[in-house]
Amino acid sequence: MAWVNAVVQGLLLGGSYALLACGLSLMFGVMRLVNLAHGALAVAAAYVAMSVVDGTGVPAFLSLLVVVPLFAVAGYALQRGLFNRALGFGELSPLLVSFGLAVIVSNGLQQVYSSDSRSIGIGELATASIRLGGDLSIGVFSLITLAVGVVVIAGVQLFLARTRTGRAMRATRDDGEAARLMGIDDGHLYAVATAIALGTVALAGVFLGMSTQFTPGYGDLVLIFAFEAVIIGGLGSLWGTLLGGLVLGVAQTVGAQVDPAYGVLAGHLVFLAVLLLKPSGLLPKVVPA
Amino acid sequence: MSMLLEVEAADVHYGELKALHGIDLRIAEGETLAVIGANGAGKSTLLKTIAGVLRPSSGAVRFAGEDVSGLGPNRRVAQGIALTPEGRRIFGSMTVEENLLVGAHTRRPGPWSLAAVYEAFPILAELQDRRGGVLSGGQQQATAIARALMSNPRLLLLDEVSLGLAPVVIADIYAALPRIAEMGTTVLIVEQDLSQVLRAADRVQCLLEGRTVLEAPAAEVTREQVAAAYFGLDREAS
Repeated sequence: MAWVNAVVQGLLLGGSYALLACGLSLMFGVMRLVNLAHGALAVAAAYVAMSVVDGTGVPAFLSLLVVVPLFAVAGYALQRGLFNRALGFGELSPLLVSFGLAVIVSNGLQQVYSSDSRSIGIGELATASIRLGGDLSIGVFSLITLAVGVVVIAGVQLFLARTRTGRAMRATRDDGEAARLMGIDDGHLYAVATAIALGTVALAGVFLGMSTQFTPGYGDLVLIFAFEAVIIGGLGSLWGTLLGGLVLGVAQTVGAQVDPAYGVLAGHLVFLAVLLLKPSGLLPKVVPA
Repeated sequence: MSMLLEVEAADVHYGELKALHGIDLRIAEGETLAVIGANGAGKSTLLKTIAGVLRPSSGAVRFAGEDVSGLGPNRRVAQGIALTPEGRRIFGSMTVEENLLVGAHTRRPGPWSLAAVYEAFPILAELQDRRGGVLSGGQQQATAIARALMSNPRLLLLDEVSLGLAPVVIADIYAALPRIAEMGTTVLIVEQDLSQVLRAADRVQCLLEGRTVLEAPAAEVTREQVAAAYFGLDREAS
């Protein structure tokens, strides 16, 4: 029973990793840009949500109505003002620029909020659980997080598959110059992709802040887990990212069941095993030659 | 007859290399012009300059009376210039129908729609769910032309339609051109292979080493004149 419990809790944990990794996966999938500021931005969203809740007294979930649009707009501006220019200087430049941004964001947060650990209060929801019989019970908040993760990834996937803008993004990924010849403005398109990515990052960050204690430097760990979920699932595939998040979550809880100290390590080992045995990931993007 | 496209004294460089030397080109609305010439004559460079992929270092490109020299390729599509690029450049991970829908990205109004291009290229209706990456060369070329038409261009630029294709496939593709002209679309075809293009075009302009060496109505030129211009025999004789 303990093992079943570990797997179930792992799937729930994996939902939050998938939600965190969605934006990273989208940005890489559309423009081959690895955003190293991803984790720092997620934590920044948690701090902004905390300020909104503390300042206005609204329930934590309502802060999303402010934080998600704010980060989406910031994402558009960030891409237009910074990353698009960096992309013009080769593949390494955006990586360095986003690393610099991560340093600036986490230090900025430390300056404003100090390095004390904080959290966003959600009242009784934090401890509410559903009993599934026996010793097995699942947290309501974790279940909501998993559901949000699945819905967000399915939504972004649907957007890419079915909409005019989504199609233009896939065309640009296949052949940027040919896409421009179809009248597609890739600079604008990349900015829209980053806006969506940062919207999901904000959502993920606020959920993170509601589930755990965070500090300005917490983004490093977030980035690693999100990165592992993306790689395990397969670069450029959103369904893969969902699967990768779930696999990482299960690996961590099952590892922790063996010995509480081994949880995070088990996740890293599964990540390394995937890199060694199936470097393209579990659900690699199928691109015919 | 008003001119749809006017290229005036365009010089185009690739780095140090000068690929076009003061080229002039004019097409009237509704006309089909063939630009021919040997490998390296500057034909593709000329098309890329008209489409906005390359910018002339001097001279101008005027479209429908307006100077478009400063516009990038995506803005020119919105104005009504569509290029079927050399090598087709089909989006490999997307289906034929998705490729066509991307062609319609600018939402320019006009006669071309999915139904209309499927009628012009019946083969594409059968292949609509096939991924671009697995198509044969001829199927890719048909997709590329149909994709460009989906933007409802006033001017369609076709680069080396016949390159790498079997003669029977080339004939199939050229069979669709009269229909495109009937719809009122002005067509500029660039070709090395003269077997089909002289019949399809109203007028022919031959380039040699980045300069125009022959310009005449297609019905009036003889194969000897074309061959002489194509290989630069006139110049050597004089």
